[in-house]
Formats: sequence, structure tokens, C-alpha cells
Amino acid sequence: MSVVIKATNIVTQFGKNVVHDDVSFEISQGEIFGLLGGSGSGKTTLLREMILLQKYASGSYNVLGKNIKKISSNEAKELRSQWGVLFQFGALFSSLSVLENVSIPLKEYTNLSKDAIKQAALMKIKMVGLPESAAYLYPSELSGGMKKRAGLARALIRDPKLLFLDEPTSGLDPKSARDFDELIVALRDTLDITVVMVTHDKDTMSSVLDRFIILGDKKVQFMGNIKELRLSDNENLREFTNGK
Amino acid sequence: MIDFSEVDVLDTNDTITYQCKGPWTLHNITKLSKKLKTPYKDKKIIFDFSKISDFDTHGILLFIQTIKKLQKQRCNVSKIGETEKFIALYQVCEDNFPSDVVTPKKDVGISVFLYNIGKTITESKKTLINFFSFVGGLTEAVGIVTIYPLRFRLQAMFYHIENSGIKAIPIILLTSFLIGIVIAFQGAVQLEKFGANIFIVEMVSISVTRELAPLLTAIVIAGRSASAYTAQIGVMKITEEIDAMKTMGFSVWDFLIIPRVFGLMISLPLIVFFADIVSIFGGMVVANFQLGISFEEFALRMQESVEIKHVVIGLIKAPIFGWIIAVIGCFRGFQISSSTESVGKYTTISVVNAIFWVIAMDAIISVLLTEIGL
Repeated sequence: MSVVIKATNIVTQFGKNVVHDDVSFEISQGEIFGLLGGSGSGKTTLLREMILLQKYASGSYNVLGKNIKKISSNEAKELRSQWGVLFQFGALFSSLSVLENVSIPLKEYTNLSKDAIKQAALMKIKMVGLPESAAYLYPSELSGGMKKRAGLARALIRDPKLLFLDEPTSGLDPKSARDFDELIVALRDTLDITVVMVTHDKDTMSSVLDRFIILGDKKVQFMGNIKELRLSDNENLREFTNGK
Repeated sequence: MIDFSEVDVLDTNDTITYQCKGPWTLHNITKLSKKLKTPYKDKKIIFDFSKISDFDTHGILLFIQTIKKLQKQRCNVSKIGETEKFIALYQVCEDNFPSDVVTPKKDVGISVFLYNIGKTITESKKTLINFFSFVGGLTEAVGIVTIYPLRFRLQAMFYHIENSGIKAIPIILLTSFLIGIVIAFQGAVQLEKFGANIFIVEMVSISVTRELAPLLTAIVIAGRSASAYTAQIGVMKITEEIDAMKTMGFSVWDFLIIPRVFGLMISLPLIVFFADIVSIFGGMVVANFQLGISFEEFALRMQESVEIKHVVIGLIKAPIFGWIIAVIGCFRGFQISSSTESVGKYTTISVVNAIFWVIAMDAIISVLLTEIGL
């Protein structure tokens, strides 16, 4: 399987505060890959670096065959069209309805007809499990779970190859969280995308993630799948599997 | 592998075959949709997908749209050559194909116009009532603070005096100085014609201390602080900080509103006092160079003929303006709801309201005082 993202010796610093010291990992095509770790371990920072939102001190990221440090603005635009990002709280544009939120990438980047855009957007809205009637609501009228689903529909609208999710199940009730997990697996299977997610959720970890890294103490403490983690004898890491 | 997307139509007797080739992805979809023509009726139609190199939901959506159109024209549509992946994604797309696209109906014309008028009126009425209840709440809170002075947040008030008052001094001094110059300059030209040069002193001193300095200061402060208060309180509302304060039993009046209101009521007269001095100085400079009235002459004349009441009236108006600005700024802040758009909307409204009411109040006071002979 081909490698979609390759991070090599990443160092991140905020002033004198070192967040990542020599972090490396690889994400393969079609994988659901998790970034785990305690609060403040720099999971979200790592994700933000991959999607060109945050600078890092040294090391290199290779995302979809491009070294993102030496990227021209045109290449960056091209790269951005190939991924979708779901932010923790959906980050829907509050002045636009759900339908407008989901269709805005198509409106800006394609010359499809209005009806075609609308149909495509409505299809994605249904695909993420929202009722069609929700399309005309505004973000302030949605619950947290619905906002995330709408955000996911927006992330998926251009059929990205790569999907970044920042804590997709946090703040959802257990049932919604499991539904969301299933949705992500189903989308990966049908749309053939690679998913990178930051998560805290232990159920997500065991039922969804193919592989993951655990960050701690500025380094990658563990890389592998849940079975390997259960066999590991490191007490600190076992916390991630046992609940407490 | 074909790397350009294409659709060939083979027409043989009763059977039409759509030969689909290349990538059917979002990138090529506009081009493809133009090529996919559906002029056939009552025919047997076959879609051949065997030569498709790549596809995504947008490509499949286009198929579904085309197939639905053909079915409406009573064609018998079948598909051949699909891969397993294609079938799976096709299934998902078909399951989620939007039902007849219905947009919620929008009324148009005169009814919308009337509806909007009615809506504006009822909303204005609601806002007015809310405003009165806000002022009532503030008065009550001030009463409580007067009884229990320990609840007064002195530190917060000084913070607001510094941020809304002291930090505004440079810009206010500069504008006041310029206003003093402008008034004196324009007056000098007219007064020179009469040879009534010395009256420049009354002209500048009275107009500036009684009206212009307080008004100008209030307008600058309204632009600076009414907007800041509205945005601060509004964002605190959006991030649920206000709710958090309420659940912990902190009174928003004590913590947020009273320090701002008193902060401005105290700092405004002080700033106006400085503004008075600087704008009179501006007048003095012009009188000196334009009319040859020395600084000593100006000061002497001022002592003789300009009553102190003008300065006092100006200084009394200042806290009233301060109250108006702070109350409107805070009130509009609490009207901000969860959307980011409403922050901009209410911040604008708050500044416009504050400036308008400052000027309106100035007019009212001006008329009242003149009527009672002050």
C-alpha cells in the first residue's frame, strides 16, 4: 500500500516550550489512523501542521507526495483540494445555512450548475446521516452532533482522498458517537479515503482505528494497532486500553 | 488506461449504448454533463462502465441523474461492466439521492414588504421594552451596590477607566486642539470684518467648553468604547462565560456592567476638562497669529467675560453622555446571540445608537437650559 503521509523527525516549538521532539510516523492509503495522547501532548498541533495551518521548527512532512515545507502557493491550493477537514466543533460558517455551507466549495471551485451543486450537496448531507430538512437550518439551530455531521458533509463535498478529523466523537452522546464511528468506517470503505483523526475516545480507538500513535513526553510512545498495544507491558500505555 | 474522460454513444436499431471512458470525477464533471445528451424515448439503453478508470460520488451522481431522466422518457436502462467498488458506491449514492428537490417557499412582493415592516415594528417595540428593563435592572443593581458598597468592583472600574478613558486621551486632545483652531480660524475671518477681534475669546471659550468639547469627546468615546463593550460582552455570551458567571452566582451587573458604566461616567468629565483646555489653547494660538491677540490678553478677557457656568454645564453633560454610551454598549452586547454575524451587526448598531443618543441628549439639554435661562 502506498504511503499517503510521511512525517520525519518533526520538531515543534512554541517559544522555549518544545511540543514535539523527533516525531516520525507513516500513514498508508486507505487507513484510519489515530493520533492519541494526553491533554497537551500536541495531537491537534500535529494535525494542524499536516493541513498547513501551523508551522513547525524542523523535520519534514510528505503529504500526498508533496513536501509541505517547500510548497508553492499553487501546489498548496492543489493539495488543499484533495483533503477535507472536520474541526472539533464543526466550524460551520454561521451566516450560511447547512446547504450553503456544504455547497460552498463546489460553488467556488467548479462551474457546475446551481441545481447540480444543490443535488450533490444534498446527497452528501444525506450520506452523513442528516435529514434533508436539516439542509435549510442555520448552524445555530443545530445540535453538536448535527454540526459535526454537517461539517463532515462539507469536508466530503469534493470527494477528498484524505480526511482529517479533530476529535470527531468528543461531546457526542455514546450512541451518536458510535453511529459517527460507523459512518466513518462506512465512508472509508465506499469512498476509498484515508482518514487521520485525533481522538480521546476509547471505543473509537478499538473499533475504528486501524493503526495509531500515542504521543507523550514530546515523543511517539507507541505505534501500532490495538492488539499490539494490549500485549505491550508499558503501564503508562495500558491506561489507554483499560479505562483507568 | 484512458486519461481523458469521454462518453461515446453507439446507436444501433433499438439499442443505444453509452460507452463511458476515463475518469468520471468532480474535475471532469462539467465537461461530461454537457456531453451526456438524452434525446431518446422508448428505447433500450445500456450504460457500459467497463472502460472507466476512476470515479467518485460526483461522477456517479451524474449517472443517476441521467438514468432518472431517461427513465422518465420511458427508456429501459441497464448497466454493464461495473466493478464491485463501483456497485458499492453506486448503491450508497442511490440510497442517498435527494428526493425531489424542494426549496422552502419564499413569499415575494407586497406581502414580504408589509411583513418586514410589521416585523421591524414589533421587534423595535420588544427592544425598547428590553432596554427599559435593562435600565431598570441597572438602577436596581446600583441601588444594591449603594447599600452594600463592598460589592462594588473597584478594580474592574479602574481597569475600564484606564482602557476607555486614559488610553483615549491622546486622540481626544488632538481632535480638540484641531477643533479649537478651526472654530477660531473661521470666527476670526468674520469678526475681523466688524473689527470685533476681541470677541474671539467669548466665541471660542463658550462654544468649546459648553458644547463642542463634551460632544466631541463623547463621540470619540462612543466610537471607541461602545463598540468594545458590545463586542466583549457579546463574545462572552457566545463562549458561555456569562452563563458560567451566572451559575457561580456572580452578578453580571456587578462584574460587567456597573464597572463599565461608572468607569465612563467618571472618566468622561475628566477627559472633557482636558479637552476644554486644549481646544481653548488652539483658539489662543489662532487669535495670536491671526488677530494679534496675545495669550495674556486672551486670558484676561476670558476671566472678565466668560462665566464659569459654561464650563460647568459642559462638565455636567459629560457623565450623562458617559452613561448613555456605556449603557447602550452593554445593552447591545447582551443582545448578541450565538452567531458570529450578530457580533458585527450589534457592534455597528451600538456605535450608531450611542452617537445618535449623545447628540440627541445634547440637543435636549441645550434647549432645556436655554429655556430656563442658563
